[in-house]
Amino acid sequence: MVRLQELTTEERFTSGHRLCAGCGAGIIARMTLKALKKPAVVVNATGCMEVASTIYPFTSWKLPWVHVAFENAAAVASGIESACKALVKRNAWNKDIDIIAFGGDGGTFDIGIQALSGALERGHDFLYICYDNEAYMNTGIQRSGATPHGASTTTSPAGTKIPGKPEFKKDLIGICAAHGIEYAATASPAYWNDYITKVQKGLDVKGPAVLHVFSPCPLGMRHDSEKSIEIARLAVQTRYWPVYEVEDGKYKLNIKVPNPKPVVEFLKPQGRFRHLFQPQFQKELEVIQQWVDQNWKRITALCGEP
Amino acid sequence: MPKIMGLTGDEAIAYAAKQSKVDVVAAYPITPQTIIVEAFSEYVHNGEVHTEFVCVESEHSAMSACIGASLAGARVFTASSSQGLALMHEMLYIASGLRCPIVMGVVNRALSAPINIHGDHSDMMGSRDCGWIQIYCENSQEAYDWVLQAFKIAEDHEVLLPVTVNIDGFILSHALERVEVYDDGDVEKFLSIRNAPFKLDPDNPFTVGALCFTDYYFEIKRQQVEALKNAPPVIDKVNKEFEGLTGKKYSYINTYGLEDAEAAVLCLGSTAGTAKAVAKKLRSQGKRVGVIKPWVYRPFPSEHLLQTLGNLKALAVLDRAICPGAPYGALCSDVVSTLYDNGKQLKVFNAVYGLGGRDITPFDIEAIFNEAMDVAKTGIVKEPLKFVGVRE
Repeated sequence: MVRLQELTTEERFTSGHRLCAGCGAGIIARMTLKALKKPAVVVNATGCMEVASTIYPFTSWKLPWVHVAFENAAAVASGIESACKALVKRNAWNKDIDIIAFGGDGGTFDIGIQALSGALERGHDFLYICYDNEAYMNTGIQRSGATPHGASTTTSPAGTKIPGKPEFKKDLIGICAAHGIEYAATASPAYWNDYITKVQKGLDVKGPAVLHVFSPCPLGMRHDSEKSIEIARLAVQTRYWPVYEVEDGKYKLNIKVPNPKPVVEFLKPQGRFRHLFQPQFQKELEVIQQWVDQNWKRITALCGEP
Repeated sequence: MPKIMGLTGDEAIAYAAKQSKVDVVAAYPITPQTIIVEAFSEYVHNGEVHTEFVCVESEHSAMSACIGASLAGARVFTASSSQGLALMHEMLYIASGLRCPIVMGVVNRALSAPINIHGDHSDMMGSRDCGWIQIYCENSQEAYDWVLQAFKIAEDHEVLLPVTVNIDGFILSHALERVEVYDDGDVEKFLSIRNAPFKLDPDNPFTVGALCFTDYYFEIKRQQVEALKNAPPVIDKVNKEFEGLTGKKYSYINTYGLEDAEAAVLCLGSTAGTAKAVAKKLRSQGKRVGVIKPWVYRPFPSEHLLQTLGNLKALAVLDRAICPGAPYGALCSDVVSTLYDNGKQLKVFNAVYGLGGRDITPFDIEAIFNEAMDVAKTGIVKEPLKFVGVRE
């Protein structure tokens, strides 16, 4: 694990951006850039992180940064990586750089999954980081393939008949690991040294790596902005968000949770789950707890944990 | 010394891209463009090029990867057709908006539905406002020559815009023709390696693709128009240099018989070859007809067109794409807009033809010439927009 004093004090993701107070995306961007050991280029999919950090003519990024569109961050990264290789071959480039692509859950789970799959299959050397705030927060909180069961969004509202999103969350790391990539992992910004270590591991790999990070969103998850890290920690401590890695196909649980808190402790501070605490929908709380238990069992079994 | 090769239109484009020493090709197969990506894959797998070939999973990712590579300072080439071009439509605007001098071979093919693999211009016309320079070729030789010139035009710092080089699907893409190709060394003298004025470099970081609101967006789009306006002198310069190397004269517009013609046909691409053959026959019968073929479609060569009109009294504009609900096809609209208010008494009518690869025969074109000659004589256009070669 990386130690605090090993990290640079330089701020490569600067203040002055327009992300909400308590936004996970800003915390994740800042921590990611503190993990860098080499010069890097950042590719950003359309989303909160992009719109709030580069309002022309300003930028929060002190390194080369490119945004092309919503669904193609992985494809753009492929192009940059290929260009560097070709330019090295014709002696027009001699710098060893890292390439990082950021996408939200919409840009990763849904509209960007094809471009990501293609780039992983082709084996480009880059790190893809999905900051997952579990809905299309940038466009005003619509459900995505990453939105959990029961969450209320503007396209899966807490109706009188249907209480929030009926479907469950996709297994992103399972999908990515199935490509046979060398490194894939989940993380939570509440465990900064686990996250930064994983960024460094992902960048060290020769080939593609994927990180899937929980990203608290005061606006869309509807929690107090000062509670972001607390929510991110509760996600792990309730076993809602298992923190593990898949290295060369081998699963490893990074944060053990021997005495988990009930998932309602994670759900309760978030307005998106408020409707589930009404008497007629309370059975949904059990459904979510069951999903958490089964998912934990599945992941820990893959990790060879008892 | 140039040598003669037998090349299809697709092969001619691939060969030109190879000689242009492209750094990155990101492309996805689609009929009738596929020969280009196959030919390039062979160059790569036989170690004939230093190119990184990115076999992407869609045309959308093809253009996305091209944009990334171009911003990293690479010389970039791709190719597509039809549905593929439509799928990358979003990215076409971003490539020009981010000023990426990518060169793309577009092998024109009809757009679905109904699905059809044959040649017409619906694909490129559907994306004609994407801010790219657009060139249409009559034969494989022109395709080869224009690809070499396209890189030099695109990458010029006064322009920095992407370029499409269009050929008609199957009619050119799959037809084997005699092509004069130049020595690698001569091509290298004509086209040096890309010198990008800005690129993604950690030693000189910059942000590209930022969010522009009401306060800046308009100015940036306005600059793109200015860049397209800067293209003509650069195209002139490149055409002249190319002539110095090869003796071949290129410009915005190619004409035949215009010195004394009273009636002419204006069309893009391979149809111009048929039109010239018909015009030649009619001229031998003493009929004063001619052919106008714009090589460069965007930026539209309005001034050059006005200069070429001479004594024309009637002009038939042939569109190989349909603009449903519009008064004319796309090409004819551009021609009419150019003529209007320029004191030209020229009568114009529009013939939409050849959709989905429907043949346009010399007989069809002769009938169009006859109609144009009638219009020249009477000054009356009976049918401003007609469909040629369709069962009605």
